[in-house]
Amino acid sequence: MQLTRYARPLALVLSLAFVAGCSSTGGGQAGDLTGIAGGSDRGADATSGAEGRGVGSVSDGRAGQMADADSRIPQVRTLYFEYDSDVIRSEFEPMLTAHARFLRANPNTSVVLQGHTDERGTREYNLALGERRAGAVERYLNVQGVSPSQVEVVSYGEERPVARGQNEQAYAQNRRVVFAY
Amino acid sequence: MNVLKTTWLAALLMLFTSLAQAADLTIEITRGNDRATPIAVVPFADGDDLPQDIAQIVSDDLQRSGYFEPLERGAMFARPASSEKVRYGDWRALDVRYLVAGRISREGEEISIRYELMDVTGEHRLLGETVTASRQELRDAAHYLSDQIFEEITDIRGAFSTRIAYVTSSGIGDDTHYALHVADADGRNSQQILASDEPIMSPAWSPDGGKLAYVSFETERPAIYIQEVASGRRVRATAFEGLNSAPAWSPDGRRLAMALSKDGQPEIYVMDIASRDIQRVTRNPSIDTEPAWSPDGRSLLFTSDRSGGPQIYRLDLASGEEQRLTFTGNYNARARFAPDGETIFLIHRGNGGFQLARQDLESGRLVVLSDMGQVESPSVAPNGTMVIFATQQGGNGVLGGVSADGRASFRLPAAQGDVREPAWSPFLN
Repeated sequence: MQLTRYARPLALVLSLAFVAGCSSTGGGQAGDLTGIAGGSDRGADATSGAEGRGVGSVSDGRAGQMADADSRIPQVRTLYFEYDSDVIRSEFEPMLTAHARFLRANPNTSVVLQGHTDERGTREYNLALGERRAGAVERYLNVQGVSPSQVEVVSYGEERPVARGQNEQAYAQNRRVVFAY
Repeated sequence: MNVLKTTWLAALLMLFTSLAQAADLTIEITRGNDRATPIAVVPFADGDDLPQDIAQIVSDDLQRSGYFEPLERGAMFARPASSEKVRYGDWRALDVRYLVAGRISREGEEISIRYELMDVTGEHRLLGETVTASRQELRDAAHYLSDQIFEEITDIRGAFSTRIAYVTSSGIGDDTHYALHVADADGRNSQQILASDEPIMSPAWSPDGGKLAYVSFETERPAIYIQEVASGRRVRATAFEGLNSAPAWSPDGRRLAMALSKDGQPEIYVMDIASRDIQRVTRNPSIDTEPAWSPDGRSLLFTSDRSGGPQIYRLDLASGEEQRLTFTGNYNARARFAPDGETIFLIHRGNGGFQLARQDLESGRLVVLSDMGQVESPSVAPNGTMVIFATQQGGNGVLGGVSADGRASFRLPAAQGDVREPAWSPFLN
């Protein structure tokens, strides 16, 4: 985990750079991000009810597309991690940015970040690792301007696997952080 | 404990406690000890109509300990009911060192078990006693016999009349169900004491054997609960923000060590159970978790990744001094003391994956004891002779055990579902 400790500040720096990049590209970028988020089949767990939540909170005079993007909970709610790592993979940065954008636009909405690990190693230690993973996502959101009061971390460690089996495929699906709105 | 009593959440328990008997665990011996002492436990005379085979239970107990290798019944050509009927030469010819014989008699509802232990080499009786029990108490009576026989021969107190707590899960994803069970040390007489659709973790026995502390996510946040095993009454002990995990009772039963992350990262805290006052005892910007008390109550073992990966440390509670104990390999976690305080058992990742290891504190030498799949959650028998743990078999979680010297091992598979996180009770008698 020594690497991870150095990687964490690095991830924060990168995320700051990413935010900066976003803000300079304007509204078109936001639409693209939403498109990416919605396009993944991993968003299958999003229910229509959840999508509809928060619509009523949008009442300002922004363009319709923007308001729509800000009012919908991004459909991709799960990001995955490497073994024994809490480093946020670059492929999930657009997804996190979409969640950050949604949470900024809906300050009364809160989210629980559920941290999970694969089954290898001891249960209580994995509980701590799951919390570290979810904490990395929390910091990423905070750096992007999401209020800490909107985000809570709950680690489940290895207790709630979505895939069974002693193989890398199952392990990879279980090493995750889930946005639970 | 008055504070606790006033706040027991008895009503809540009614929702969770089930009277239904869960499927028992059954013993499979996976490795015999080639230095085990040969013993013959003759079927007890006049016991054929009893619901339990007393001699078989005793024989299984002794075999599971790793100290004894019981003679198969098919090899017994005599079935003496008492010491006067024993022809020692016959048993010497079978290389048997010790012999157990007995007779069942009945007076109304009461069943009397007369048993004797003989030294075959010395040709004399070591032990003789009559035990009475109801039909429901026959297994308990058999385990009592095992305790007496084990102690007479080894000079070590038997731990067969103890219990284990463990967690089961079934299903996957959102459709997972969890339960906490208590069973006899041989996996039989299992009773579900809590069920939930959210994870249950880390059961830990109070030193008097009357209560279990555990972590439950039933509120969708982790919290530590303390439950009376007999009555099912319970109380929520902690519900801090963040992790509430790894409860461990102090030897005097007054305090609970635990890992909380309310101040940021997981740290070790000690709670005074009566007052609920908590004191933080580790301060390090890394993970500190999995506390375990030394038998004298003066220090705690814990897992920390402050060196880069998980290793075992020892904290002296009076001085606050911390000392790293493990240096072999890059993953050592969830240590537990042997009752003598001179040896620790822990999970070690080596060439064979995650396995149970024993480390001598004086020499620092680490020895791997298990050779099963993904071993975790070790719990030491109160007499220090065995360690029970969770392992994998055919993709399912099962319980396994190994003798403290590593020579003998066994599994306790369940009929279905995952079984894990065994916690061996203290002595109960």
